[in-house]
Amino acid sequence: MMTRVITLEHVTKRYGSFTAVDDVSFVAQSGKVTGFLGPNGAGKSTSMRIMVGLTPANGGEARIGGHLYSQIPNPARHVGVLLDASAQHAGRTGREALRLSAQTMGVGPERVEEMLALVGLNGTEAKRRIRNYSLGMRQRLGIANAMLGDPSVLILDEPVNGLDPAGIHWMRGVLRQFAANGGTVLLSSHLLHEVEMIADELIVIGRGKIVAQGTRDELLQTAGTYVKAEDPAALNAALQRAGIVAIPSGDGALRSEVDPVEVGRAAAQAGVVLVELRPAEGAGLEEMFLQLTADDAREDVVTPAAPQGVQTGAQA
Amino acid sequence: MSATTAPTTLDISGTSRVPFSRLVRVELRKSVDTRAGLWLGISIVALTALVLVIFLINADQKTYVNAIQASAIPQGLLLPVLGILLVTSEWSQRTGMVTFTVEPHRGKVLWAKVTAAVLLGLAAVVVAMVVAALVTAVGGTPDAWHGVGVRLLLQYVLLQVINVVGGLVFGLLFLNSAAAIVASFALPIAFSIVTSLIHSFHKIQPWVDPGTAQMPLQNGQHLTGEEWARVLTTVLIWVVVPFVVGMWRVLRAEVK
Repeated sequence: MMTRVITLEHVTKRYGSFTAVDDVSFVAQSGKVTGFLGPNGAGKSTSMRIMVGLTPANGGEARIGGHLYSQIPNPARHVGVLLDASAQHAGRTGREALRLSAQTMGVGPERVEEMLALVGLNGTEAKRRIRNYSLGMRQRLGIANAMLGDPSVLILDEPVNGLDPAGIHWMRGVLRQFAANGGTVLLSSHLLHEVEMIADELIVIGRGKIVAQGTRDELLQTAGTYVKAEDPAALNAALQRAGIVAIPSGDGALRSEVDPVEVGRAAAQAGVVLVELRPAEGAGLEEMFLQLTADDAREDVVTPAAPQGVQTGAQA
Repeated sequence: MSATTAPTTLDISGTSRVPFSRLVRVELRKSVDTRAGLWLGISIVALTALVLVIFLINADQKTYVNAIQASAIPQGLLLPVLGILLVTSEWSQRTGMVTFTVEPHRGKVLWAKVTAAVLLGLAAVVVAMVVAALVTAVGGTPDAWHGVGVRLLLQYVLLQVINVVGGLVFGLLFLNSAAAIVASFALPIAFSIVTSLIHSFHKIQPWVDPGTAQMPLQNGQHLTGEEWARVLTTVLIWVVVPFVVGMWRVLRAEVK
């Protein structure tokens, strides 16, 4: 049975006049991997810190299994948390970092060895100091730390970041298994393709606001039509005559909300030659996500306003 | 809010809170499980021993009281650093993100650190007392044990506990190892210079300058009521008030 485990209700966090998390509400259910997707700086990490009480919210409430995180006794036995794999003492060995956590939460040293084995850190690696770890190794250590207390909930911030493809595949296996055993997983990512490989449910955040949520299949569902013609202008005119709204997709092709059969019919009536006609793949989510990312990226690019002079120089 | 709050779906009835004693043990472990921490501990012991060996060779009056006073110098310098690192490494190394999620009651973690600091301070004091006793036994001048008593030992313990907790408080105020270490050395000295240079401060100086007020603690002399009051006011100013401010801030601040 699915239960609502992580619940955020109208959570808001402001830094001065900047609203990092803006009235965010969502639910993560047990037995599922929920992906928390958004560009860098969208408010994912802040939301996650609010869930575990590291950051106080200005409004709203985040609960885990109905409790505030701080009310859960020995919380690491219930909720495994990885917020930043690099937030470890550079001078400790990987094994020692785990032993400290294990001692605090009251699990034995044999559990540390089990977790090291689970995440694939061998004896030599566990003995090395964390300053010599790659980001991928830190992520593995962070996962081991999160799972040390045998929790039923995992909250992981960008756990796949820094992993190689084999590592991503491994992570996917571990998290899906965890969810299949009834656990609840919330993981964030700034990469759509990463998260769509692992998550069942998606929550998309942009500029502190939730902009979409649903199952992966719903959000990535085929939406509308992708069509390319020998003569794009003729196709555009034909579609307009048929009352079909279409937008250029950038490569000379058009995208439309209607089904492929209607686009094909309109093209046939006007005698336009098509070179490609197919359902658009996950266009909705991908375009929305690109839009979100591009909005932020553009700000970064535009800010150093020098191009005028440079351009003239280049032309001359 | 209660109408919309989700039902309890996480059974926490079988889990007990993390006992305070376990947090103290973890803090003690953290203070020696890195190279920096380990070497600091070794340095405290080694420098205390070294100073006492030099004392044995060089001093005119080789009495236990003088030996204890000599050992107070390296301990007074290094114990505050130990206290500082107990707190600041959580921020400088960002381990606080793990520490404060595994035990979200930050006040409890900080009190565990204070307890660990006091225990480490006591251990250092015991080392100093034992080595001083050995040195005195080996090369003590006649009447070497004069003035040794419970008062001397307790006052010395109190002095070094103030030292180590005072360091921890600097750590708590700055949350940065380098800044806290520099400030813990420079501020009291600067303060001492300023108060002794400015004429109108002469009268209050012994009440606010820890170096002056706490000096009588290290030679086992009998403190008058006024001298005890001076120790108390300097502890209030340099330990208690900054601790309350630092704690208040850490409890409210964001851990990143």
